[in-house]
Amino acid sequence: MVASLKIQDLHVSVEGLPILRGVSLEVRQGEIHALMGPNGSGKSTLAYTLVGHPKYEITQGSIEIDGKPLNELDACERARLGLFLAFQYPIVIPGVKVADFLRHAITNIRNPDRKEGEGLIPMREFRKELKAMMDELGMDSEFARRYLNEGFSGGEKKRMEILQLAMLKPRFAVLDETDSGLDSDAVRVVSEGLRKLSGPQMGVLIITHHERLLEYNVPQFTHVMLAGKIVETGDASLARELHNEGYSKVRLRHPEEAAEEAARASGRSSEANRTAEPASV
Amino acid sequence: MATDLSSSTSDDLGIGEYQYGFHDSTDNYTFKSRKGLDREIVEQISAMKKEPAWMRDFRLEAYDIFLSKPMPTWGGDLSHLNFQDIHYYMKASDRQEQSWDDVPDDIRKTYDRLGIPEAEKKYLAGVKAQYESEVVYGSLQEDLAKKGVVFTDTDSAIRDYPELVREHFGTVIPSFDNKFAALNSAVWSGGSFIYVPKGVEIEFPLQAYFRINSENMGQFERTLIIVDEGASVHYVEGCTAPTYSSESLHSAVVEIIVKRNARCRYTTIQNWSNNVYNLVTKRAMAYGNALMEWVDGNLGSQLTMKYPAIYLMEPGARGETLSIAFAGKGQHQDAGAKMVHCAPNTSSRIVSKSISKAGGRASYRGLVKVEPHATNCKSNVVCDALILDAESRSDTYPYIEIEQEHVAIEHEASVSKIAEEQLLYLMSRGLTEAEASAMIVTGFIEPLVKELPMEYAVEMNRLIELQMEGSVG
Ligand SMILES: Nc1ncnc2c1ncn2[C@@H]1O[C@H](COP(=O)(O)OP(=O)(O)O)[C@@H](O)[C@H]1O
Ligand SMILES: [Mg+2]
Repeated sequence: MVASLKIQDLHVSVEGLPILRGVSLEVRQGEIHALMGPNGSGKSTLAYTLVGHPKYEITQGSIEIDGKPLNELDACERARLGLFLAFQYPIVIPGVKVADFLRHAITNIRNPDRKEGEGLIPMREFRKELKAMMDELGMDSEFARRYLNEGFSGGEKKRMEILQLAMLKPRFAVLDETDSGLDSDAVRVVSEGLRKLSGPQMGVLIITHHERLLEYNVPQFTHVMLAGKIVETGDASLARELHNEGYSKVRLRHPEEAAEEAARASGRSSEANRTAEPASV
Repeated sequence: MATDLSSSTSDDLGIGEYQYGFHDSTDNYTFKSRKGLDREIVEQISAMKKEPAWMRDFRLEAYDIFLSKPMPTWGGDLSHLNFQDIHYYMKASDRQEQSWDDVPDDIRKTYDRLGIPEAEKKYLAGVKAQYESEVVYGSLQEDLAKKGVVFTDTDSAIRDYPELVREHFGTVIPSFDNKFAALNSAVWSGGSFIYVPKGVEIEFPLQAYFRINSENMGQFERTLIIVDEGASVHYVEGCTAPTYSSESLHSAVVEIIVKRNARCRYTTIQNWSNNVYNLVTKRAMAYGNALMEWVDGNLGSQLTMKYPAIYLMEPGARGETLSIAFAGKGQHQDAGAKMVHCAPNTSSRIVSKSISKAGGRASYRGLVKVEPHATNCKSNVVCDALILDAESRSDTYPYIEIEQEHVAIEHEASVSKIAEEQLLYLMSRGLTEAEASAMIVTGFIEPLVKELPMEYAVEMNRLIELQMEGSVG
């Protein structure tokens, strides 16, 4: 049976400030969705909320995988249900070797009932798998011994996210601007990597401003976010249009959200004023 | 002050007769001193050991010094330490009286989780007096003996190498140094004695672990290491598994002499059970161009006060101390380092990392001292503290005494918490909050842990994981 990640009427606040205002979206295994929208429209907020960032508070609505509600689950439990986020800004974990971290992570993901302290997957088996995957993604196996994201270039960090995606094989992957800030070679590597990995077993939500990633991974659905709402949904041609023409036409078609966007930008959001802490804007 | 060893050749040391293998008392009587401390007990200990008169006198003098010294009022809280409620001496066979059933549950569980072999578990828990490993390491010992290396327990050394011991014993840490050094000098038992002859470089770490017997890891062990000119040794003692002791005081003395162009690294990992006061005096003297390194890990105990010191005696001497402290519930780790620059062109480095959790308190207490004539010295101190929750505490007491203008001293300190973003990132990869915290903590101490011998590093990391489990959520 095909599983689905279902987001319904999601409202999210950060430090009391409402950011998402009723987002609904369903991603099924095997589908590719693109999520586009101007900076600050709430795309990363959606991504963080999906994986359970404690700072992002769901004030209304629900997230479900296969009918199982995620709202009350922590990030670890969500990951074990098969959800993965490739971070827009991957975090540095000093002193923790990539291989040690990944071995622990895949042990937990593949054996979601594992208790703390129980054995990890055998070292040899793991090493072999990691090496093969790194070769396939064209990564130097020396990376396995480096500390997680420490001293990595932008491109290296993004590739590390793809490597994690490859090793963890989630049912649902959210990629938050995995192609941003990379030179064109790196974008190609990441795009090809994702194409190899995605398939009928994976539902993908790609947050992007660029075309390249979507050329390699053609979306069946494109969603446009404006001021915390998904205002339009189309197919791959919508992504192309947005890429070529920007968001001015979208704003014209959705004057209310465009006004909200402008208000947020100048710190005069009507909604924000109602609930915001004074310091947060 | 240490005197020159060059007159003692290996022949003088009686290496030919050296019985390698572990000191194993041939006397089968049991003896346990009564509780408490007085002159009679000190004399009794000396008599039980059939010691020479000089050692008996050394003990008695130290006992008087112990009485005359006030309790330290700085550092940790020692007000509950009752010197009269302690056994100061036990023969090996006594320790077997303890039954495995008496060992606290949490400690037994930890042994299981660390995958410690049965025989070793019982040893660590004080159930079994002997841990037979000489057989395995016999050939290694033989090889050392051929090179003139002496590696034995200090009691045997007094018997077998009286000259060498007498010449150096108590010269680095005299009894009057502090109250606990005096106490140890009066009642000491066990510990290791190592002599590495000129120019001999020992490739592998010498481990007390291999040759432990009950006396060696006792309450009041006394270790003396002499590394002769151009020689080198890495000595490792202790064990990451919690060492259960029914006695509440551990007070060791470690003296090290590193002669010109020699190198010594001394690695300790201690993890005492939560009832123990761990008050240890460690000091090394490093001569011209010598290198002394302390690698010191402190877990467990209720209070640890330990500040490994290095006296840089001659030009070119270098000293380095790496220390890790983990203070859990009800624990106070007051640890640090002391570097004394007594000569020009000497350098020192201190790296200290501490973690405090569940109300634990970790204090860094360090001293860098530069004597008046010691020009062109360099010292670099870095201490980083990680505090895991709001109840826990970390303090830094860096003391710098400089009587010299031409010095370069750097001191950096940081205090941090685990960042929410780091936790989220790791948890979003399927790690529980406790696992993620443990991983972050492990990474925090990694720069020091990677200095440990492999098996210790692995155990250290597993232990941190254990300490972190069930601590959150
Ligand atoms: N952690 C946060 N703290 C404060 N404000 C935040 C935080 N995350 C997002 N926001 C605010 O929410 C809005 C949407 O941001 P974001 O989701 O990052 O947009 P996008 O990813 O579409 O560029 C912005 O106004 C941003 O300032
Ligand atoms: Mg974003």
